Amino acid sequence: MTRRWQVHVQGWLLLLPAAVLLATFTHYPAVATLWQSLFTTPKGDRAAKFIGLANYQDMLADPVFWQVLVNNTWYALGTIPLSIALAIVMALVVNGKVAGRPFLRLAFFTPTVLPMIAVANIWLFFYTPGYGLLDQFLGLFGFAGRNWLGSRESALLCLMAVSIWKEAGFFMIFYLAALQQISPSLGEAAAIEGAGRWYFFRRVTFPLLMPTTLFVLVNAVINSFRLIDHIVVMTHGGPDNSSSLLLYYIFEVGFKYWDSAYAAALTMVLLLILGGLALLQFLILERRVHYQ
Amino acid sequence: MSAAAITRGIETVGAWTLALLWILPLAFAVWTAFHPGAYAAHFVPTAPLTLANFAKAWSAAPFARYFLNTVLLVSMVLAAQLVLSVLAAYAFARFAFAGRGIMFALVLVQLMIVPDVLLVENYGTMSSLGLLDTITAIGLPYMASAFGIFLLRQTFKSVPRELDEAARVEGAGPLAILWRVYVPLARPVLVAFGLVSVSFHWNNFLWPLIVTNSVETRPVTVGLEVFASTDQGVDWSIITAATLMTSAPLLLAFLVFQRQFVQSFMRAGIR
Repeated sequence: MTRRWQVHVQGWLLLLPAAVLLATFTHYPAVATLWQSLFTTPKGDRAAKFIGLANYQDMLADPVFWQVLVNNTWYALGTIPLSIALAIVMALVVNGKVAGRPFLRLAFFTPTVLPMIAVANIWLFFYTPGYGLLDQFLGLFGFAGRNWLGSRESALLCLMAVSIWKEAGFFMIFYLAALQQISPSLGEAAAIEGAGRWYFFRRVTFPLLMPTTLFVLVNAVINSFRLIDHIVVMTHGGPDNSSSLLLYYIFEVGFKYWDSAYAAALTMVLLLILGGLALLQFLILERRVHYQ
Repeated sequence: MSAAAITRGIETVGAWTLALLWILPLAFAVWTAFHPGAYAAHFVPTAPLTLANFAKAWSAAPFARYFLNTVLLVSMVLAAQLVLSVLAAYAFARFAFAGRGIMFALVLVQLMIVPDVLLVENYGTMSSLGLLDTITAIGLPYMASAFGIFLLRQTFKSVPRELDEAARVEGAGPLAILWRVYVPLARPVLVAFGLVSVSFHWNNFLWPLIVTNSVETRPVTVGLEVFASTDQGVDWSIITAATLMTSAPLLLAFLVFQRQFVQSFMRAGIR
């Protein structure tokens, strides 16, 4: 065997185990989802029948589909900017000279280490009508207790609070890493020029954090479509699907109603959203969000 | 000067308020878990401390088995991820094989299309492989990690070629070079990836919920959900104790190795 061939063979052999698993559990299912979405769900002795785009027509006519899509949009809009803003504040605090920084860092980061399922249980108690900490606290100011998770107006908001609580500390880490890369001489120069701290943040620090913000943003959007553990524990998507998100609806259709063909059509929407996001990230990265 | 001092004071108060607000839900859970049920939501400083809630939770559900399942799952996934990612990353970093570019792009697809969203099809695959309700089925979709491959490829590419050449001159084959030169140099990255992976899979819930159906396979997260939703009604003290119990190993590890954890998450996030 010549040396030229050796490189190809060795490269492929090293890659092979990972490639087989990736193909089986990422690429194959993604393609199979598209294929399945064009058929009926096989039931008993009735085999799957090709029905073209009928599942997608049903989907467009399905009010629950539109509701979970709207919910998911609000969920992303409501959690991501606030989590990122809090993450930046936390990172600035922990990176600054405030007394008791180790405790502050611990307080901000601990929710990230906890399983979402445990977090959801803790917050479930927090929201308990009348008895939970939230109602007790509001009771001090004379507000009547209310069923936070059981009402259409507040259920999704309650889930959003949980998500912000869990994610802000996680994003803080990335900002902290980025802040530590910024040269202190920039701050000194600005101080000599007499620039205010807010001005310095707005014109220097924030632009320098842009690549981090992009990275965090993409991860945050993926997470807002990926992480639904708290819904399973806290609301089951209710009341009347008011707190259901796209993946939770897929989970319900696939594993409660066992309608795998319709679940496949819904999954295609999710894949399109994630794919579009990847494309967007690629295009922005091509234009380079760097200031160096 | 005093204006600056006032600003600093306000900032300190603000920072501490935010931190206390952030730790409050957890502090509340700790209070509830360590006090008798009657004090679950009554904050009296003289309330007696107790471990009874933990004892009740521990005996009310097979948590020992759940912990064993999680430990098996997490170590299996981590071992597979490390081996597969190291091999694949080495191939991408140092072997100019045909199709390397397109294969790398195909690997990166998994960064976006995470296994968590392909529930229905992967359930079908596990079913046809006869793996439903096994710990293997929980771990299998995650064993090839695009994230790990990406991270290690970056690291391997930064290894000086001279070290590689020196080992080759001594007659070492590709695997020997990988093991003796690349892996030792990548140790901090391997540790960082390991910590992130362990905390991800310790906490993972939805996929395990779907593919498992028995005490022998359920990880603690699913066990906790089954316990909290069906067995207990509304005894919050016991549920909270169980909740803290299931998070405790990770939480304790975090408190002890805080610096490593934070640095690992930092390192794993920087691309």
